Amino acid sequence: MQDTLFTEAMENAYQVQIEQFEGPLDLLLHLIKKNEVDIYNIPIAAITRQYLEYMELLKELNLDIAGEFLVMAATLLQIKSRMLLPVERDDEEAEVEDPRAELVRRLLEYQRYREAGSDLVARDLLGRDVFARKFASSELAEMAPEEEPADVELFELIEAFRKVLSRVSVDSFHNVGADGISIADRISEVLSLLHEKRTLRFDDLFHDGMNRDLLVVTFLSMLELCKLKLIRIVQVESLGAIWLTATSEEGAVPENADIESDFEGEASVGG
Amino acid sequence: MAGKSLKAIVESLLFVHEQPLSLDRLALILEEFERADIRQALEELVADYEGSERGIVLVQVAGGYQLRTRPEQADYLRRLNKTKGVKFSQSALETLAIIAYRQPVTRAEIEYLRGVDSGGVLKNLLEKKLLKILGKKDVPGKPLIYGTSKEFLELFDLKDLSSLPTLKEIQELAPPDPFADQPALPLAAEET
Repeated sequence: MQDTLFTEAMENAYQVQIEQFEGPLDLLLHLIKKNEVDIYNIPIAAITRQYLEYMELLKELNLDIAGEFLVMAATLLQIKSRMLLPVERDDEEAEVEDPRAELVRRLLEYQRYREAGSDLVARDLLGRDVFARKFASSELAEMAPEEEPADVELFELIEAFRKVLSRVSVDSFHNVGADGISIADRISEVLSLLHEKRTLRFDDLFHDGMNRDLLVVTFLSMLELCKLKLIRIVQVESLGAIWLTATSEEGAVPENADIESDFEGEASVGG
Repeated sequence: MAGKSLKAIVESLLFVHEQPLSLDRLALILEEFERADIRQALEELVADYEGSERGIVLVQVAGGYQLRTRPEQADYLRRLNKTKGVKFSQSALETLAIIAYRQPVTRAEIEYLRGVDSGGVLKNLLEKKLLKILGKKDVPGKPLIYGTSKEFLELFDLKDLSSLPTLKEIQELAPPDPFADQPALPLAAEET
């Protein structure tokens, strides 16, 4: 496949939309947890920078960035600039609120409802843990998420990929060599690797010396395989190593041709 | 002391009915009995089942009484029914929790709390009958207001809304941090 074709495919044809995004608050909580910082005293400059880095990466992967993420980016920058301004104390009783206070309140509130949601689902659910003579509503029986959620949080996956990318110098981005490879080809490679070994470490797929294109193609292949439910991406412990395992039973690995046609048929592969 | 026969009658009604039966409904059906006696029969039945080693218990749920299996039996029943039960996405759970605790609530309020568009997930939960539209808020635009349904209580094994577990208290922002004036220490993660 020609490099130009490949680039075109990257820019136009391949748009992944991932439903797992819970939004900017989710991302911020993730960053706060990852940095192990006090939510009541967020180092706003550092967090803003990391937030923007994620947005950059999402853009590079051609993932759709929802408007809410942009609004939050603007909010963060505004808070950051307000924190740089000297505090005016013109009269004694007017207490100047920390510019971060509103954001912290929202984060805490959001976190509280997330926990409440987990508590709810941990109860004895009708039709799952306890049963009555007739299931209350047949609609509920069909209520499965549209897509099997990846066991690894998306942000962690992206974080892992960001680390991989950071090992590659930006220069190599421009040296598009002869090893341009399509996502479909890379999917086949990853699948045959998995066929041999059953499980792979995330990092095993990204060798040193791979150029940026190949890294991106590999990462997109991984997302696509996950979406096709041919692999599972799992993590043994929170923030631990990420593993890929094949989900397919014997013979369920589709022919290469099927994958190819899948890419040609759809302008937008996604959820 | 409720008569033995009343207890048997109430038990048979509970056995046959497919939804939780409220005391009101039972009193209406069993017009020849005193409401207080029916209540006592129900309480005795609850205690009888609880104390026995049977696979069934009588629970109070969604404003009524219903015979249900014990959670310990879940695995066997899943094999029988060939079901794994309901599964929720993270966004569905978040949204349900917000509505359960904040109702009546508008879509805009939900979206402010979640920070994302919630139209799709609301529609989905409405279709599953876990939510209901309570009316329209009397503000410009007349937005719909949402609340949880009876099916929500049934599904989550809740007697009524007041038996929702209490929300964890948010630590007050007020107490000023004595070290607040010091610059934050540089984070290790920043170096990467």
